[in-house]
Order: sequence, then structure tokens, then C-alpha cells
Amino acid sequence: MKILLMGNPNVGKSVIFSRLTGVRVIASNYPGTTVGYSRGYMKLGEEMAEVIDVPGTYTLEPTSEAEEIASEMLNTGDIVINVVDATNLERNLNLTLQLLERNIPMVVALNMWDDTTHRGIRIDLDKLRELLGVPVIPTVAVTGQGIKEMVDNIPRAFSPDVSPRSSDERWATIGSIIDQVQQVTHRHHTWLERLGDASVTPITGGIIALAILVGAFLLIRLIGESLIGYVLDPLFENLWTPVMLRLSDLLGNTGLLHNILIGKLIGGEVNFVESLGLLTTGLYVPFAMVLPYILSFYLILGLLEDVGYLPRLAILMDTIMHRLGLHGYAIIPSMLGMGCNVPAVLATRILESKRERFIAATLISIAIPCAALQAMIFGLVGEHGGQYVAIVYGTLFLVWVILGIIINRFARGFSPELLIEVPPYRLPPWRTVLQKLWMRASGFLKEAIPIILGAVLIINLLYFLGVFDAIADFTAPVITGLLGLPKEAVTAIVIGFLRKDVAMGMLAPLSLSPEQLVVGSVVLAMFFPCIATFVVLLRELGIVNMIKSTGIMIVSALLVGGLLNLILL
Amino acid sequence: MHRFMRGFRHRFWPEGKQGTLAWMRAGQSGVVVEIRGGHGLVSRLSALGIRPGKRITKVSSMLMRGPVTVQVDNAQLAIGFRMAMDVIVELD
Repeated sequence: MKILLMGNPNVGKSVIFSRLTGVRVIASNYPGTTVGYSRGYMKLGEEMAEVIDVPGTYTLEPTSEAEEIASEMLNTGDIVINVVDATNLERNLNLTLQLLERNIPMVVALNMWDDTTHRGIRIDLDKLRELLGVPVIPTVAVTGQGIKEMVDNIPRAFSPDVSPRSSDERWATIGSIIDQVQQVTHRHHTWLERLGDASVTPITGGIIALAILVGAFLLIRLIGESLIGYVLDPLFENLWTPVMLRLSDLLGNTGLLHNILIGKLIGGEVNFVESLGLLTTGLYVPFAMVLPYILSFYLILGLLEDVGYLPRLAILMDTIMHRLGLHGYAIIPSMLGMGCNVPAVLATRILESKRERFIAATLISIAIPCAALQAMIFGLVGEHGGQYVAIVYGTLFLVWVILGIIINRFARGFSPELLIEVPPYRLPPWRTVLQKLWMRASGFLKEAIPIILGAVLIINLLYFLGVFDAIADFTAPVITGLLGLPKEAVTAIVIGFLRKDVAMGMLAPLSLSPEQLVVGSVVLAMFFPCIATFVVLLRELGIVNMIKSTGIMIVSALLVGGLLNLILL
Repeated sequence: MHRFMRGFRHRFWPEGKQGTLAWMRAGQSGVVVEIRGGHGLVSRLSALGIRPGKRITKVSSMLMRGPVTVQVDNAQLAIGFRMAMDVIVELD
């Protein structure tokens, strides 16, 4: 038996799904999360029933892709559980009536039942059951209230004989149902609602947005760096290093196998960033460099999602971001990129269209330097005066804007106008926030680690075979001629693929002029992304778009570097 | 306002002040009288709760023709400015 869970977006459908099936699924507050669909199984009496979480839809009339999919999936099911937001009965009944017209046995879960009291809504359940002709069970998905009763009612799912109506007839029927079952009493706005309204008003909204974004950024950095500094670095240094040194001795401190597993010893020591062994750098990069930021980033993002802030920020930023061909949502990943490009590129997932994800991810990896690189820029360039740092940042900002406008003009497709539901602010449901964090973090580890290990192995082999030296020699004339940097700077740019801060540090002993340092910083920031960003870019964009994005990166880095060289030197 | 009263007003004060949702002031309320758009826009908006006869309150609008936020029943929606230009409201 196949049970379909159907309903409007933001009605708690996915939470009911995870309650029914026990499978952990992502359930959150902003429109468009249930991309594709989730499938699970539940025990119903003696047999197992398949449960499908159909993407949220407002109507079965196909006005969008999600609705087309939902309408098609309806034909494959045996029973529908229609999840209805009890606080928005009128709008939700539109879908309910359309489902009834398709003559498929149905049960209605009247979710968010607890909210109706605070909102001054009274619903006559018996009357509603009578008018709809199907079982109607009040539920509170987040607490689990009413779920068991709903499951008990699945065998009683019923299909009253309803013939198709025109949309006008349907709205008239809904109007009459609402008049008979619902009473709304006036009530005062809650502080959450006032805060919600203030968040989408230009001035107060701007202040709130600034406070939230700065707060989110600081928290992500704090949690990420604390995890690295107090947990993972000590673990690697104190526990893993002795093991690696012992293994290194066993392998005779040299040889191909030693190079692959441990990598190069630097000053007789294992250097987790530069050694480039599978067991050293290959484990250190995903676990100690990326994972802490994945955890902290997703914790904060999950909170912002489930509290319901993201749609409001999108509204606030929409006008500005549309000039760059981006959705209002794109401001979040862009800001996060200033901490680390990895979670920033991952965050481009909150954008709806492929085109927007491409533009945002490309702009982030080109024009937004991560915190580690920024620290080095401040240290090395700032030594010569703040004006040089300002040139670096000014250049990168201009690149972000100009490149955005250019890609917007040439990328295929268009960015549709905003039409979203703004869910009310809710206090964060910790259970779903933590479940989601676990899902996302384990998903990252499962998918990224094999790729990172593979990449480390390949780089290691290329080093061993001397290919990198050849590349460096090959590109040296171009880099020196075009960018006005000494030949040795080329290795820094190559190392930039691994770690931008380390690469920046390699420019230090070259005694460059401040102008050369500016060129070097900008080129390092814009050129290739570091390996971790490269991996997530590949994963998020796919190989074809990754190549396009990289092409834009290389061309613009050389162009901008060359221009800076002409202007400054 | 009661359903009956809405019909009443519409019938007896047809010249009542009308305007587009885009140009309403924040906090202003009214009743949607018409959506001037293709079938696609009409059905998308009505599925979200914006259709003739519905009471609508503008919550805010962003500067420079940014999105417009409205309250319909218990739901808030954000609509692009150009779409909001097509929603005709009879103001209170």
C-alpha cells in the first residue's frame, strides 16, 4: 500500500512524515525545502505501507514544477493523508477539495491545532468532518499529539463521491464551509508577530538584518574555531601525530608508499597541511579544517531556517541582489563566504534555480576571501598601510559586482519575480534543528571524504612525479610577465589550491613591494579555490558548470591581476 | 468585515477608492477587487489566498520597487512589485 502525504508548504508535512516513518528527513520553515520527495515505510497493522512525502503544493492546477510533480504522484497512491494548517483553513481547503475531486481515499490531519487557540480561531471539528465526508484528526506534529489517532484512522480513509468543480464553484464551497465551521475572534498581536512585521520594514528590518547577520557570522566563527582549537587540533597533534611518526619510521621515512600514506616530512615532522599524505592531510582537511565549520554553519543556518528568518532576509535584499542576477537569499551564502567558502558554497543550496546557484557559487569562490586568507592579507599587506588593504578589498568588491552583472547578462535562464509565503516566527524546535544538523554533517562526511582523499592522492602523485615543478616552470613566464610577480610566487599560487593562508604566507619571504603584495593577494583570492571549496563546488555545481566556473575564475583572476599590475606597478 | 458587508459595499459604492496593491501604504487595508493578469498569475495568487473578495492588509514594502509584504487571513506573503501592480484593491 502506498500512502501519500500531501499539503501546502510550511504546514509541518515533513515533520509528520518523520513521525510516521522514523526516517530522519529535513523539515524546515522556508518554501521549497522538500525538493524532490522523501520515501519511507511504516507499520500499518500487519503489513508495511510505503509513505511518500510529496512536495508541498497550494493547488493541483499545475502552476509550477512542484505542483506538476505532486499532481502526477497523486495517480500512483492508494491513500492520501492531507496535512492541513488549521490556522489557515480557507487557503488549505482549496487543495483538500481538489484532492477530494480526484476520488482517492483520504484522511485529513488538521495540523498546528495548538496554534488555533492563540490565534483566536475556533473550528467545529464534527461539522468539518460532516462537510468533507472524510476523517479529520487534529494534530500537533512537533509534539506528536494526535499522530497515533491519525494512524488509527488510516484504515478509515474514505473517498466521498465528489465531481470536479470549476475554480469559482470550489471557492464558493470553501466559503460556505468556512462560514459553518470556523469562528475567528479578534486578538492582539504577539511580540513575535510584531518582530516579524518589523523585520520586513525597510529601516527596522535593516537594523534587525544587520544584527542577525553579524551575530550569525560571529557565532559560526566562534563555534568553528573553538572546535578546531580546543577539540580537533589537540586530537590530531596529541594522538594522531605519534601514530603517524611511528608509521613513518616503520615505512623507512621515505619511498612511494610512505609518500602516499604519510607524505613529505617537513623538518622531520608531520605537517598536516603540507605533508600531503592520505593519512595526514587527507584526514586532517575534512575532519579538522572543514567539519568544524560544517557543524557550526549548519547549526546556525538550521536555526535561522526553523525560526523563519530567511524568507524575511530574502525580501529585504531582493531588489539589490536582482541586479546581480541573484535571488534575495543569495546574500546569506555571500556573507558566510567571508568566514569560509566551503559552507558558503554549500549554502547556495537555499537558492531556487540552478542559474542562481551557479552565479552565487562562482561569485563567492572568486570575489569573497575566506577568513584565513583575510587574516594573512591584513597581516602582510596591512604592514605597508591600510590603503593597500583597502585596494585589495575594493578590487574584490568591484569584481563581485561587475562579474555578477556580466554573468547575469550571459547566463541562460532568468530569475523569476519573488512570490513566497512568509511563515510566522517560531521558537526553534531543537529536536528538528539537531536532527537536521546530524543529517547534513554526516551527509557531508560521506560524500566529501572520498573526493578529498582522491584529490590528495592525485596531488601527492603529481608532486612525486615532479609534475607540479613542470607546471610552475611552464606558467612562470606568464605569471611574471603578466602579473609582475617574481617567478617564485608561482609556487605560492599552486599551493593556494591547498590552502590560501599558507600560500599567502609563502609570499612573505619573497620581499615583494606593497603593490606586488596587493596583486598577489587579489590573484590568490580570485584564482583557484582551495581544495575543500573545489570539492564542494564540484559537488554542488556538477562537472560541467564547475569547469565553466573555473574558467571564469582563471580568466578574471589573470585579467584583474594584469590590470592591477598595469595600474599599480 | 462580514462577507455580506463586503458584497454590500461593492454593490453600492462602485466608485469607492481603488488602487493597486503596489501603491498602498503600509498598514492600509482593503478588499481585492481584481487581478489584472493572465490565467497563470490569477491562479497562482488565488491559491496563495489573494483573490477578488479577500481582505488584504499591506504590511510593508521595500524601497526601490522591492517586494511587497501582505497579510491575508493568517498568512503573510511577499509579492514582487510588478505582480503587486496587477492586484487592484478597494481601499477602506
